[in-house]
Amino acid sequence: MSPLETFFVSVGVITAIATGLAFLVVLAEMTIGHYGRMKIDINNGEKLLDVEGGQSLLTTLKEEGIFIPSACGGRGSCGLCTLKVTSGGGDYLPTELAWIKPESREKGIRLSCQIKVKRDMSIEVPSRLFSIKEFSGQVEYIEDLTHDIKRVRIRLTEPADISYKAGQFMQLAVPEYELSSEQVSRAYSMSSAPHETGLVEFMIRLVPNGICTTWVHRYLKEGDRVSLTGPFGEFFLQETSREIICIAGGSGMAPIRSILADIEHRAHAQPEIAARRCRFFFGAVSRRDLFVLDEMQRLEASLPAFTFIPALSAPKPEDAWQGESGLITDVVRKHLGTTGSEVEAYLCGSPGMIKACISVLNECGIPVDRIYYDSFG
Amino acid sequence: MNEISVLSIFLAAVFTNNILLTNYLGMCSFLAVSSEVKASAGLGIAVTFVMAVTSVLNWLVEQYILVPLDLVYMRYIVYIVVIAAFVQLVEMIIERVSDSLYAALGIFLPLITVNCAILGATLFIAIREYTLPQAAAYGAGGGLGWAMAIVAMAGIRQKMARSRVPRGLSGAGISLVITGIMALAFIGFSGMIRVN
Repeated sequence: MSPLETFFVSVGVITAIATGLAFLVVLAEMTIGHYGRMKIDINNGEKLLDVEGGQSLLTTLKEEGIFIPSACGGRGSCGLCTLKVTSGGGDYLPTELAWIKPESREKGIRLSCQIKVKRDMSIEVPSRLFSIKEFSGQVEYIEDLTHDIKRVRIRLTEPADISYKAGQFMQLAVPEYELSSEQVSRAYSMSSAPHETGLVEFMIRLVPNGICTTWVHRYLKEGDRVSLTGPFGEFFLQETSREIICIAGGSGMAPIRSILADIEHRAHAQPEIAARRCRFFFGAVSRRDLFVLDEMQRLEASLPAFTFIPALSAPKPEDAWQGESGLITDVVRKHLGTTGSEVEAYLCGSPGMIKACISVLNECGIPVDRIYYDSFG
Repeated sequence: MNEISVLSIFLAAVFTNNILLTNYLGMCSFLAVSSEVKASAGLGIAVTFVMAVTSVLNWLVEQYILVPLDLVYMRYIVYIVVIAAFVQLVEMIIERVSDSLYAALGIFLPLITVNCAILGATLFIAIREYTLPQAAAYGAGGGLGWAMAIVAMAGIRQKMARSRVPRGLSGAGISLVITGIMALAFIGFSGMIRVN
């Protein structure tokens, strides 16, 4: 064969083999992979959905406008999208087992991003999830809080109002761009207070190679349109009269700031909330990692029961730092002593910080069920 | 062609020429999924099945398409495409027919598409010019050998979870050391059975 013939024969044969196999796979997709219309019964008849089978339960419900909280976007790495499946869920998959405790398995709790809709199903979803909506908005402004944290304020356009509890989070959708070939979504806690119903504000720290944080820091501009879903989460202020301890690090400031701003807003109408003693420990490395200090000072002035305690783990000489220094856990231990159990703690930060803080809080006498935190996978 | 008996090729593939421990192929899933015996047995069975079938499929493709058209140098691409399509089809079928089989095996199939042991086995078959029965024996044996190695590793790691490992070595470090020692033991068998 001449070189030209060899070229055409090899290209032709490879193309033929690939096309043949692709055809087989498409054929299989249309026959074996085609599950047809399925019925999903939610909460024993509260809602009845007629859906196309074959996709994950999480995606299917999302297409029907029911948004199950999920921080990782369906990769099975956060364990948040659990719900109760009473029939039609099939066997537990190995990818679910890490997230679902044996006692929850007996109740039929499943990870909705891992199970597929392959037959008619009955599921139970907390009714409040029906209030979770998809919002579109426009970036109103972006501000540098520190060298690696930005405050992003989004004015909601459709729907134009949101109702949530201070401390909850939204999922921000990141479109396709350089670092990601598909749309993904990531969870961020609001730093704005719920009484500002027309906007949401986030504090987002740049994570090296993070798909969403890189997009926010490098690509997102004022005026851009964004899409969000929410609100999600069980992290919000409990309506009790107990003392409040807040501990945060870095962008973990966001939900705590939201809770504090909410307390301030409600202080006039509900003086009992403002009367709760509240201490906020904020951990940072050095002066340049501290932010919104002026807001904290203002809060201290308007809420007599509130104290802000920033702590630097490695203050630089030029910082001339007069405040607390050392690890946040040591500072917390020093201030709390043995406060006893009539205290609630609200934590937001890295998984390592949360774990370390929980053990310190336990030492100080605060029981585990009065320690609240979000864990983002 | 090559006149070694089918049985000795099978045994060689399982023990003396273990694809994982003497050729070091399929390492990533070996290290990633060997923390628990149950999961590693599932993956091992899936690899055995896929390796046995794709060895035969690729042998047929080699003999009836690539050799007659003088396209043997394209075998790498063709083999990968055939393996990927086959795995995709099997996954879809398993998912459709049996939930329990999908939970036990199907979940591992996407991992196998990119398992170099599968491609390695078919390439060895082509290079050593095995006949169809020999290819089938090598594929099945190679898969079984791989499964045996990963189950053994998982057993050791499960036991090790309760033993004290020096901090700097724990996790991937000690797993690699163990793999090395297992490989040393298996290299002791090399040359006992002729494979080509």
